[in-house]
Amino acid sequence: MVLAFMAVGAVTILGVALIVAALVVYLVAVIVQLRKITAGLDVVISHVGEIVQKSGPVNDVVTAINGQLDAGVDLLEGLLVQKAGMMDAVGLVDGLYPGAAAAGFRNFPESLTVTAPRIGEVYTKGTLTLARLGREAPIALGNPAGFPLRNVEGGSLAARLLYPELRQSRPKSLPRSPVIGIDAPVQYEQREDIGAPRKRPPSRG
Amino acid sequence: MTLWWIGDAVLLVVVVPVVVILLRGVLKAATSIVPSVQQIAAVAAAGSKDLDAAVLLLTTQDQVAQTVAGVANYGGSLDVILDDA
Repeated sequence: MVLAFMAVGAVTILGVALIVAALVVYLVAVIVQLRKITAGLDVVISHVGEIVQKSGPVNDVVTAINGQLDAGVDLLEGLLVQKAGMMDAVGLVDGLYPGAAAAGFRNFPESLTVTAPRIGEVYTKGTLTLARLGREAPIALGNPAGFPLRNVEGGSLAARLLYPELRQSRPKSLPRSPVIGIDAPVQYEQREDIGAPRKRPPSRG
Repeated sequence: MTLWWIGDAVLLVVVVPVVVILLRGVLKAATSIVPSVQQIAAVAAAGSKDLDAAVLLLTTQDQVAQTVAGVANYGGSLDVILDDA
């Protein structure tokens, strides 16, 4: 009877010992893994702190840059519209960047309704302005590099370079302009109705 | 005595395997977290390194300010030189 009790007690103790051994083995392994996780999270936290520190002033700096660029855009748009006029300004922008006129100017909503005129390689008004600046602009006098916009002595050549190749190659003869007047080789019959009294519409009643 | 034997049998056949199975599950979950944390640490380090160039934004800001100031000076000169449309 005593031996039976001892056997049962030994089996119980064996079972409890197995449970405790399993708890020790697995919990120690879990502790090791948790320590690895803690170390990894420490690294993550340090790097995230660096990210926060480095990206902190970005918002203010980018906002300041955008503000300065907005001021530049406002200045250039206003100057272009003021000097060239809304119609020519839209045409010039569309000539340089085809299709850009559809977006219009940011500070001029009415530019969206303007039909962009077709301005080719030579903008006559701009050419005349450059020529005038080369001759008369005070900024051309003190420039150590010479005249910045146009050479006074060779001014015609500089202006000619703005025009198509046909005139730059100095051809000996170009198609002549048509001759008009009474000595013109081609005469047209004079219309009889020119100078005659205007026909009046029939009066009513 | 018989009940005690039954209790021992239950302890060895049921309780011990259940405890082992549960502990193995906890260990497996803890082990699976470690690679993820290491990957997050690597990504955070790379992100921090990428932001090293953020300091150059201050230089960019100075350059933009100088450029806009130059444009403003040229614009003011053009405003004086050129006639309005």
